[in-house]
Amino acid sequence: MPLDLVLNVAIGGVLTGLVYGLMALGLSVIFGVVRIVNFAHGEMMTVAMYAAVMAFAHWQLDPFAVLLPVAAGLFLFGYGLQTSLINPFITRPEHSQFMLLVAIAIVTVNGLLMAFGPNARTVLVPYALDSIELGPLLVDKVRLYAAGTALAIAAGLFAFFRYARLGAAIRAAADNHTGALVVGLNVKRLYAATFGLGSACVGAAGCLMAVLIDVTPTLGPVYTLLAFVIVIVGGLGSMMGALVGGVLIGLSEALAGLVLVPSAKSMVTFALLILVLLLRPQGLFGRRA
Amino acid sequence: MTDWAGRMAGDAPPRALPLLAALLAALLVLPAIVDSYVLSIAILVLYFAYVGQAWNIMMGFAGQLSLGHSLYVGLGAYASAVLFVHHGVAPWIGAFAAIGAAIAAAAIIGALAFRFGIAGVYFALLTIAFAEFTRIGFDHFPWIGGSGGLFLPVARHGESEFWMLRGPPVMFYYVILSMAAMAFAMCRLLMVGRIGYYWRALREDEDAARALGIDIFRYKMLAILISSAMTAPAGVFFAFYYNTLFPEQIFSMLRSIELILGPIIGGLGTLFGPILGAFVLTVLAEVLNEVLAALGWEIPGARQVFYGLCLLVVVMYLPEGIWPALARRLGLERRR
Amino acid sequence: MIDRPLLVRGPRLGRRAFAAGAVALAGAGTARAQAMLPLKIGVLLPKTGVQAFFGQSCQRGADIAPALLPELGYQARFELMNADTETNVDTARARAEKLINDGAHVLVGPFDSGAAGAIAQVAEQRGVPFVINIAAAPQITEQGYKFVFRNFPTSGMLVTNGFSLMKDMFAATGAMPKTAVFMHVNDTFGQANRAAIERLFPSFNMPFRILDTIAYDPAARDLSVEVAKAKATQAELLMVVARLNDAILLVREMVKQRWEPMGIVSPGSPGMYEEQFFTSLGKYSEFIVSNVPWYNPRSEVANLLAQAFKKQFPNDRMIGHIFNVGFTFEAVLGAVDAYQRARSTDGKALAEALRATRIEKHVMVGGPIAFDAKGQNIAIGSAALQNRNGEPRVVLPATAAEATPVFPIPGWTKRG
Repeated sequence: MPLDLVLNVAIGGVLTGLVYGLMALGLSVIFGVVRIVNFAHGEMMTVAMYAAVMAFAHWQLDPFAVLLPVAAGLFLFGYGLQTSLINPFITRPEHSQFMLLVAIAIVTVNGLLMAFGPNARTVLVPYALDSIELGPLLVDKVRLYAAGTALAIAAGLFAFFRYARLGAAIRAAADNHTGALVVGLNVKRLYAATFGLGSACVGAAGCLMAVLIDVTPTLGPVYTLLAFVIVIVGGLGSMMGALVGGVLIGLSEALAGLVLVPSAKSMVTFALLILVLLLRPQGLFGRRA
Repeated sequence: MTDWAGRMAGDAPPRALPLLAALLAALLVLPAIVDSYVLSIAILVLYFAYVGQAWNIMMGFAGQLSLGHSLYVGLGAYASAVLFVHHGVAPWIGAFAAIGAAIAAAAIIGALAFRFGIAGVYFALLTIAFAEFTRIGFDHFPWIGGSGGLFLPVARHGESEFWMLRGPPVMFYYVILSMAAMAFAMCRLLMVGRIGYYWRALREDEDAARALGIDIFRYKMLAILISSAMTAPAGVFFAFYYNTLFPEQIFSMLRSIELILGPIIGGLGTLFGPILGAFVLTVLAEVLNEVLAALGWEIPGARQVFYGLCLLVVVMYLPEGIWPALARRLGLERRR
Repeated sequence: MIDRPLLVRGPRLGRRAFAAGAVALAGAGTARAQAMLPLKIGVLLPKTGVQAFFGQSCQRGADIAPALLPELGYQARFELMNADTETNVDTARARAEKLINDGAHVLVGPFDSGAAGAIAQVAEQRGVPFVINIAAAPQITEQGYKFVFRNFPTSGMLVTNGFSLMKDMFAATGAMPKTAVFMHVNDTFGQANRAAIERLFPSFNMPFRILDTIAYDPAARDLSVEVAKAKATQAELLMVVARLNDAILLVREMVKQRWEPMGIVSPGSPGMYEEQFFTSLGKYSEFIVSNVPWYNPRSEVANLLAQAFKKQFPNDRMIGHIFNVGFTFEAVLGAVDAYQRARSTDGKALAEALRATRIEKHVMVGGPIAFDAKGQNIAIGSAALQNRNGEPRVVLPATAAEATPVFPIPGWTKRG
């Protein structure tokens, strides 16, 4: 197999993987703190994608330009969701939480179907079909921009959790729920803020995905599963893990497409997941429970 | 035999047996009174009641959340259908192969997961991963039709052959009714038996159960093996009732979720929960269809939005499902 | 979701069909109404899901029928009962059951091979004739069904016609690619066409070798790896069996990766002559060739169909829908024609009448509509279409050509 082909495909895989990583980061943050697996994660990303598509269709706004407002909108959505519906479920068993989020997912997917119809929608920014030539390598421009943005946002989030007061408080609530209550932290508000942050991440990821792929209402479940796989591979609750997991999955899918029949490439993803679960169930970057 | 029947009746509330008999009698005469449309809905309800019952053994009894039960349905369907299509083997024989295939898959998943102590959401994801892995694998397996699908030769108009499970919907109705009744009886037996108590102990508190000397691994394995073995015949039924199999459809994660909604909505760990849940959800979907059509709101997605909202209301206000609440109203609470 | 059985004049057809309803009303008023019950035709199409675009496009062919058939001299009354298969085989099956329960006498549809297989079984079991508008998988008419009729070429017919048109194109332009790569969607239709291509290729003595066959997921959202792989073969010709969204993704990715083969040819698949293909891709949709069954511009019925389309859907170009509209209209036409001769809504009588079908005046290229013992119409031809100035133009066979074929095609950057 020619080397430039492998490199081209690998670069594409890594770049896409970074955007996957940002999406999964949202799921990981939520789980790490609120201890709830957001089974409506991909659906929330689809909502953000439609927001980007609509902004482009009506006002010719570049998805990169609407990224912050969309993320802010998703933050409010997540905050509201946590305070209204999810908080009462914090102490309920896993299957009950699962049902709640599946119901939210069903309503979201089909609400989008009602609003936008089943056809695929595209954001064709003027530079959508451009690529950058570097010797034998050909890098897709939008993919490069999307990956760079994803990386920047992830860095911002790391800094937030490390240096900001709110970030420290959230970490405290995650580490020791009772302790946080004792020192007088409003845990419910912190949870809501965390769910909001996770949603904002996936909102930003949605804007980036909108330039990479076409949007249909039914994308949600596939990306929920993908995000779920990535965080388990990286380590549920680990932020670094989500990012690295995203890159790993993006890269392995791309390379698998080269080696195997492309239509069978996601088999590798699931094989990887099964391996990780068996050999290192806490994930690559997870702490052993 | 009397002991067996005695255990079946066991601690059942006094009003339960007559009610159960009445329900069974009503189901037996149903095909004589309803049209073919209602009959097809009834078949669907019983199908979901059956798989819900089988899944309930894993989750409701033993507390292991499987989100990949479509794997066993699919393996059962393909095993029996391939034997029928390629070798003319009757589904009644093929069912054994179906059960064997499902048990083999369950043994691998169970042995790996339970040996390594994988539980909760991790276990759930592992089951999804195996189902998805199999789905994509089957898509690329030409002998069984690949993603192009496997088509079973269909009964000609007016022909019927019970041995080959080729015939009219009424035949399928009675087949699935007997399957659902047997599943009910079997779950009842498991529930009141020693194994049922051990399962509940490990569901409530695994460490405490281990301290009591229960072999956790063994009983978790038994749960997944029995549950998968019971699920496989649903696949056989599916294959011969629908006559078309596509990996994309039968192994799909959405299928797994669809089949666990019934027991959760109906009442996890109860015997009537899966039946009631299947009835409520299937009828709800059809009624929404009719109502929206009558209102002229035929926007794609509208039906599912209402369906999702109904689910939301049930999980929020009836956390234990519909059946426990209903049972209290009917005076069918278990004697303690 | 299923419509209740509705009269074509019913209010729930919506604004667009209103004009058609009025025409149908006028037609029924002047024509001597036959003293028969109306034939209830269940129309099953994927109006939501991945194939939604096709389903909605096909639906127009059925919606035109009530206005157009009386003009063609058909006086039998009929009603359309519309149902959505949601691009889901199980739903297709359930909807077929429901339509029959609601009183459908004949089924028409469903655009997709997988759905067609499932519906055929219901139709056969219930003794209700099923006229397939579009679906190519050969096994559908190889099962010995008595109630299934297909007015569409099988994969073998599609590929045979597609290959000979390809050779004609090479001969006409004098350009001979020596290598090709074949990409196909991995679903029922794609697999059937792949099998036909593998079977027929050796006997056609093509100037090129097939270097690689690349199957991709029908739900693929990104074809970058697939295209990179195909590009790396350095094949001179790209053969494609696609749907619609994937065809758009494919071309976009080719532009990004700057892959410029001598030509892009489909030996018989939808997607690349559809309205949405042109609107999504603009100049990049140009010069792509599809060898597919097509409407016959010289047919009187086709011209009437075009007029009816313009009247009913004034904002749309028929050329972007004609394939779907033509075959769906012909399927309804076949059903109504059989009913008129059978003078009965009984399934057996209708099936017998369908078997004796011979409709000389119809829309698509090929001989009269007729079905062989298996229920297959074997007289459907293909034309080579090349996308030119935003619409598909017939370039071969030369007798029907509207333009001369361009091959090799200009590169992506060399377009206005």
